[in-house]
Amino acid sequence: MVIMKTTATHIDPAIQHIREILETVPDPEVPVLSVIDLGIVRNIETEGRCVEITVTPTYSGCPAIDMMKMHIRMALLQAGFQDIVINQTLSPAWTTDWISESGKQKLKAFGIAPPLPAQSVCTPDHFQREEAIQCPLCNSYRTRVVSQFGSTACKALYQCNDCGEPFDYFKCH
Amino acid sequence: MADQITDTTKSRLIHYATHLGDNALILGHRNSEWCGHGPVLEQDIAISNIALDLLGQARNFYQYAAELTGNGATEDTLAYLRDVPDFKNTLIAELPNGDWAQTVLRQFFFSAYQYYLYRQLQKSGDAQLAAIAEKAWKEVSYHLRWSSEWVIRLGDGTEESHERMNRALDLLWTYTGDMFIPEAYETEVFAVDPARVKADWEQKIKQVLEEATLTVPENTWTQSGGKKGIHSEHLGYILAEMQFLQRAYPGAAW
Repeated sequence: MVIMKTTATHIDPAIQHIREILETVPDPEVPVLSVIDLGIVRNIETEGRCVEITVTPTYSGCPAIDMMKMHIRMALLQAGFQDIVINQTLSPAWTTDWISESGKQKLKAFGIAPPLPAQSVCTPDHFQREEAIQCPLCNSYRTRVVSQFGSTACKALYQCNDCGEPFDYFKCH
Repeated sequence: MADQITDTTKSRLIHYATHLGDNALILGHRNSEWCGHGPVLEQDIAISNIALDLLGQARNFYQYAAELTGNGATEDTLAYLRDVPDFKNTLIAELPNGDWAQTVLRQFFFSAYQYYLYRQLQKSGDAQLAAIAEKAWKEVSYHLRWSSEWVIRLGDGTEESHERMNRALDLLWTYTGDMFIPEAYETEVFAVDPARVKADWEQKIKQVLEEATLTVPENTWTQSGGKKGIHSEHLGYILAEMQFLQRAYPGAAW
């Protein structure tokens, strides 16, 4: 039995093979990110053609989690795996820190401002100073928050004061 | 935890998980009524996002309650096949939306309650309740921030908006006490005694209402009974709409 926590540094070839398969499974709401980029795959265990995956939702009400689990299953079936178990866990709770570096670059290229490395305003206090979010189009920092709630649960809506572009920001979570 | 506990404790754990799910489902449903009717597009999206978060929280609590219940119970049977007295949500969640002032003030009272409650529930000895709370707490911090800002914006806004906030405050205040009257299932070790979040809640309410130039009402009389299953007439109408399909066409799916 090969067990692999996604945080470990040494990666077994069997686990690496499964990770590569999962890198082809997109997040249906932000299709430039794979489920690996998004950081929702928390654990992979495998032995022969059996595989057990543990995933965690980004938000309690994330409507994409069921579809992602189905797509993970399909990708593994296509790769020849047979006994596939996909578990769901809530703790530890997903955080934007788990989005990979390459995932953050892909987000920016897609027109979504990636989460900041050190997020300072994830608190309930009202009218706090907003984070300086860089416009993914013109790179200006002169942007403003339009709404803390955007097109999906994981994003806030911003607008650039320089180029005028409205854009999504993958908000602190 | 659920394996080693007595029947009474297990029954209370099921009641508690169901109660937390009911709170989230019923307010989530109320908020979803705004979808397509919000005052501006961004706020329509905001209140719908909050509805979605609450529905997600309800699903997590119901899935857990259903697992503990067994006998074919599912999150859907809990949401769609129970009647008014079976629901244990606090009364403020089921009140009609009213105008935007009433909606955002109710959200503020409720989000502040959820925020302090979930913060403590993360330390629950019941691992699954703690995990659900850990996930939901981050979401609620956004709800609390959003609703606080609206309360201040309208309270300290125009004469009209101030007046509407006062009207909302008069109506909603007498429903806030219901949140803090503990039921038996809230006194177990796995639960958060609501009396323990009351001081934090009151301080937050006072801080935001003062900034909104609104006066914290002094009356302490309160409506009560929601957590026991004694509801206002409004809940029946919500369930009639929400449950219609499953009642008329049992097991319908798409």
